[in-house]
Amino acid sequence: MQIYLPIAEVSVNAFLLLGLGGMVGVLSGMFGVGGGFLMTPLLFFIGIPPAVAVATEANQIVASSFSGVLAHLKRKTVDLKMGTVLLIGGLFGAAVGVVLFNYLKALGQVDLLVKLCYVVFLGIIGAMMFFESLRAIRNTKRGKPPQRKKHGWVHKLPFKMRFRTSGLYISAIPPLIVGVCVGVLAAIMGVGGGFIMVPAMIYILGMPTKVVVGTSLFQIIFVTGFTTMLHATTNYTVDIVLAVLLLVGGVIGAQIGARIGVKMPAEQLRILLAIMVLAVCGKLAFDLLVMPSELYSLGGAGGGH
Amino acid sequence: MLRLAALLACMAALPAMAEEVVLGLSRDKVAITTNFDGSEILVFGAVKRESPIVDGTLDVIVAISGPSEAIDVRRKERRFGIWINVESVVVDAAPSYYTVATTRPFSEVLTSVEDLRHGVSIPRAIRSVGAPSTVKDAQAYTDAVIRIRKASGAYSVQEGAVTLDEQTLFSTSITLPANLTEGDYATRILLTRGGRVVSEFETVIDVRKVGLERWLYSLSRQQPFWYGIMSLAIAIAAGWGASAAFQFLRRG
Repeated sequence: MQIYLPIAEVSVNAFLLLGLGGMVGVLSGMFGVGGGFLMTPLLFFIGIPPAVAVATEANQIVASSFSGVLAHLKRKTVDLKMGTVLLIGGLFGAAVGVVLFNYLKALGQVDLLVKLCYVVFLGIIGAMMFFESLRAIRNTKRGKPPQRKKHGWVHKLPFKMRFRTSGLYISAIPPLIVGVCVGVLAAIMGVGGGFIMVPAMIYILGMPTKVVVGTSLFQIIFVTGFTTMLHATTNYTVDIVLAVLLLVGGVIGAQIGARIGVKMPAEQLRILLAIMVLAVCGKLAFDLLVMPSELYSLGGAGGGH
Repeated sequence: MLRLAALLACMAALPAMAEEVVLGLSRDKVAITTNFDGSEILVFGAVKRESPIVDGTLDVIVAISGPSEAIDVRRKERRFGIWINVESVVVDAAPSYYTVATTRPFSEVLTSVEDLRHGVSIPRAIRSVGAPSTVKDAQAYTDAVIRIRKASGAYSVQEGAVTLDEQTLFSTSITLPANLTEGDYATRILLTRGGRVVSEFETVIDVRKVGLERWLYSLSRQQPFWYGIMSLAIAIAAGWGASAAFQFLRRG
């Protein structure tokens, strides 16, 4: 069934969009990532103009994250206090990121920078998570107890707060900094930032994996909601019909994903996410390194991502 | 001054207008609805003449052109081992859609001088005024626009697609693709004889979004804040709805 999208001005197959939304929704619920880093390239591929894809994707992430958070709230795996601290940093970072994005756009080459950002961050994070989880799986097989988190520099900072759900008593400064960094990157790369947030929470803040997913989703809702409004009011690129099609699949997928996620061991969950992140990174790196079949590309004059 | 010259040229050409086009369109409005899936337009008509048919074959050219807009064409080059955009040229006006249908091969129905004057072939329909002088091969950028748009089906030349009976009745059918942009689609019919244009007729096909499409589009431009809020509200409601539905299913 073909549907004409009013803002994107293209006609697409409704079932294809429902399917894509569902698939990405499952991943979103499982890993606590918004799924933007997967969905946005997929939307480019089926012919949605990039600016519309990025803006609409933000709106869709709001829906799937909200659905995911509700599922996690029932299991009490959302650290609202930690989420709020991250969010304060995140919104501040997003505002800085938008300014930075516009500055880079004026310089040109913003496309390349976004791609390089993706390759570098996805590569580092993916590799780190992959090896760490592999080690953890091997350790549990040998019967070694999982290593207790070291009390490093993170624990020596002032403004300590107690995060009951995460079982942490740490300074509020590291979560704030993580929030700001993720906010900046999210605004530049046009995603919710879950795939950066999740590893940062696990490895820098030392939060338990189960809590990380729900908390990340909680924070993503607000950051992507903010982004949606920004795109809707400045670029007019949010396509509500496209968003509805994607989010119907997305919210259902997120519910299924959250249930799968709870049943799976944390190490396996992390290794799967790592493999996925590395795959996307590999694809982007490949595109940069291999000679494209068409050396020229078209864009609306003076705009677009 | 230029306009005056053009006007004089037109007046000089008037006596030759012994043949005129009487045009019919199967539809002069295309409504883009939610389930819009492309549209076919039958362009037909007759040649009206007051004097007997003169010697030489008469040819008909039908050209439909979508709204023009400026586009930024970027070229990639290998730098430091990766492919990056190195140069960009703004092509001043390129139609979003362009189709030319002719009775015979294009080079036979229109001379290049006449093509230049009337802007009929695809390269002539695209306007590129000033490429920066730092760009060596500006033409390559215009060529790239044509190549990419031809590959996507937005531009096409259909030689021999127009049928002409008894040098009087002509018809052709033009398919408009599903991903059509809104606007006025200029439709031109040219009658040529020996490669020279003897008569030109122009009309407009009105392509508009209607119903829900129209409403959403206007809302997004005129009330962007409320449009954004509406998008978010739908997203939140859908997220909550799915969560509630799943809980109900698990209990039931």
